[in-house]
Formats: sequence, structure tokens, C-alpha cells
Amino acid sequence: MASPATTGTLDAARAWAAAAAVPDPEVPCVTVADLGILRNVTIEDGVAVAYVTPTYSGCPAVLAIELAVEAALLNAGFEARIERVMTPAWTTDWITPEGCEKLRAYGIAPPVKGSNSKMALFGETVINCPRCGSSDTQKISEFGSTACKAHYTCKACAEPFDYFKCI
Amino acid sequence: MTGVAIVHSHQFEAVLQLADDHLILGQRVSEWCGHAPMLEEDLGLANMALDLLGQSRALYAYAAEIEDAGRSEDDLAFLRLERQYLNCLLVERPNGDFAHSILRQLYFAAFMHPFWQWASTNSTDETLRGIAGKAEKEMAYHVRHCGEWVVRLGDGTGESAARIKAAVDALHHYTDELFQGSAAMAACAEDAILPDVETLRPAWTATITNIFAQALLEVPDVAHPQTGGRIGEHGEEMGHILAELQYMQRTFPNLQW
Repeated sequence: MASPATTGTLDAARAWAAAAAVPDPEVPCVTVADLGILRNVTIEDGVAVAYVTPTYSGCPAVLAIELAVEAALLNAGFEARIERVMTPAWTTDWITPEGCEKLRAYGIAPPVKGSNSKMALFGETVINCPRCGSSDTQKISEFGSTACKAHYTCKACAEPFDYFKCI
Repeated sequence: MTGVAIVHSHQFEAVLQLADDHLILGQRVSEWCGHAPMLEEDLGLANMALDLLGQSRALYAYAAEIEDAGRSEDDLAFLRLERQYLNCLLVERPNGDFAHSILRQLYFAAFMHPFWQWASTNSTDETLRGIAGKAEKEMAYHVRHCGEWVVRLGDGTGESAARIKAAVDALHHYTDELFQGSAAMAACAEDAILPDVETLRPAWTATITNIFAQALLEVPDVAHPQTGGRIGEHGEEMGHILAELQYMQRTFPNLQW
């Protein structure tokens, strides 16, 4: 258990480690750190402050994520507070390469970097099947089972799969 | 009242107006949940409604912060009277058939996309830049999704073409209000907090003209634009929306999830 006297970088690192390990409630294969939604954890006046940014505007998991991060910090012995950061807006480009790999292994095609759908009206980005790697895939629906996913099917291995939408 | 307070009241009203547009359209689109013509579209409509409600929530929370008068985002969303809502008339129009709902969504998204695009890079307000950064990309999805549907319906069967044509006839004269703004919006445009809505017209027209050309639809001339929402003068349907939307808070005051 950390004592106030040891407050400093060591504590901040330990608080980060505790908060960073929290899995996303809807896509539990990745952590909040993998997704880039845990922006920072600092120690301020003896309180661990986690800076969390929401993903999609309507994501219903925002509150669940904040509570889970707070609980993780409390469990690690910290007094904890969550600060919601709105600016700059989260983008799928902040998902770490490791996070993208975990998504693929879980069966979700990771977002294509930099294809931030500024206005590619009727434009199609090639999405590779997370199972067999084929690029012969077809979009079934722009919107999938959660706010963050679109629905695809692979024409090579015939498996349906989710694609993590780029924003 | 000091100068600072006046600026804040303009900003409050402009953000509130934006929040109202998104809440009312979000409520309308969510009425489709469980009723769409097919499963993928049911998910699509529910997702778009969720985007709108999420955006409205961020905007109401910010409006409450600007106002700083002890009202919460819930108070602003659920406890005002009909004449106090500043949403445009387009968003309160009834769902009608699928063609009506998809076209209404396209009209709105084709306006909000360049609106947020401007705000995400140019707004002098940091919070609005953040909200805009996300919303811009979400609205791009709406434009694409609804645009594809309008083309499919317009260039589809005789029945689908007749329905989307009827939707254009019913809804197009509500689109002019998007560009009329309000005194509050104009004041915010002057301070580069939000865009001058009139400057967004070319982008909106280009999107609609492009999609209508592919959908074999004509962009109609509007002789009598329908307006009034920005000063709280709504259609008969608005009261019905609020009856449903506000029921829980009116029946069980201060209820929380």
C-alpha cells in the first residue's frame, strides 16, 4: 500500500498500471489503454486522477468504463477521481498497434488508420477478413451490433465479421 | 447585464438550439427501433439515433455549464415547455414511411457534417471543437448511409421512386430553415465560436444535388420555406413528441437511472 510520503512518479506509474489494465466492457479483449481512451493518470494532492476520453458520442459504455477505472484505482489502494476529457476528440487512430492485433485475433477487423471518413461519399475502403486475411470482403451494414462497429462478410471463407468503424 | 454575460447568453442559446435539434431528431429516429424494414436497417437507425442522442447529451451538458444557473443537462432536455425548444421544424416532422425518415436524416446530416467540420478546426471554443471532432465523422457516416438509400430508392422500383419523390415534396420546404440561423447563432458566428450557417449552403446543396442526380430526383424550388422552430413556434407534432419524451420526468420528478 502506498503511503503519502512515497507519492510521486512511482505511484503515478503504479496507478497507470492499475487503470490501464481495465478491459473495455463491450470489447473485453482490449484494455482502455489499448484503445487510447485512458489519456493519462496523475497523482494530484494524493488523489489518483484518471483522464478518460469518450469514444463515440453515443457510446453507452462511457459511464461503465469510468466506473471500472475508478474501481481499479480504489482496489489498488488509491483515492481516485475521473476527469472526462472532450478535447481533442478521440479517434480510432489512437488504438495502439498491440490493440489492433488483439482486435484481429478476437475476430474484429481493426480500423484502417487514417481513413477517417472525412467525406468519402460512396467510397469503399478495403477491409481484410480478420480470420483468413482475404481482401475479398463485402459490407453488409454500415452499422453493427454496437456504436463502434460495422458488419461485414468474407466472400473467401464465408464468415461474417465485425469491423471497428473509423472515426 | 455585462458584455461578458451577453456573450454567454448568446452562446448558451446557440448550443441549446443545437442540442434541441439533435435530441428531437434522435427521439424521432429512435421511434424506428424494432420497426425497420429489415434487421440491418433496424440496427442502422438505432445507431444513428444513438449518435444524435450522444451528441445532444454533450451539447446539453455544455449548455448547462455555460448557463451556470443550477440546471442540469436533464433539466434542459426534459423540463422545458414546447415554446422553449429551439429545434428546427425539419427534425420534428413525423417519421412517415422509411423514405421520409431516410430523406429527413440525409437533409440534416448533409447540413451538420460541414457545420461540425468547420467547428472542429476553426471554433475558438475548445469544448465545441472536441464535440465537433467526433460528430463530424459520425455525421459523415449518416450522409453516406442515407445517401446510398436515397439513390437506391430513387433509382429502384416504381413504388420506391414514388415514395422518395413524395418524401422530397413533403420535406424539402423545411430545409431552408437550417440556413436561417438565429440571432444567437449569428453572434456566435461573429466570435468564430460556430460557423455562419449561410456559408454552409453550397456544401449542403452540392451533396444533395449529387445524390439526387444519381437518384433520378429533381431538387425542387421552394416557394414558401417553412420556418418558426428557431423562435419556438412548432408544429402540432412537437407536443406529441414532448408528451412521450418528458413523460418519465413529469410523472416521477427527479427520477434517475
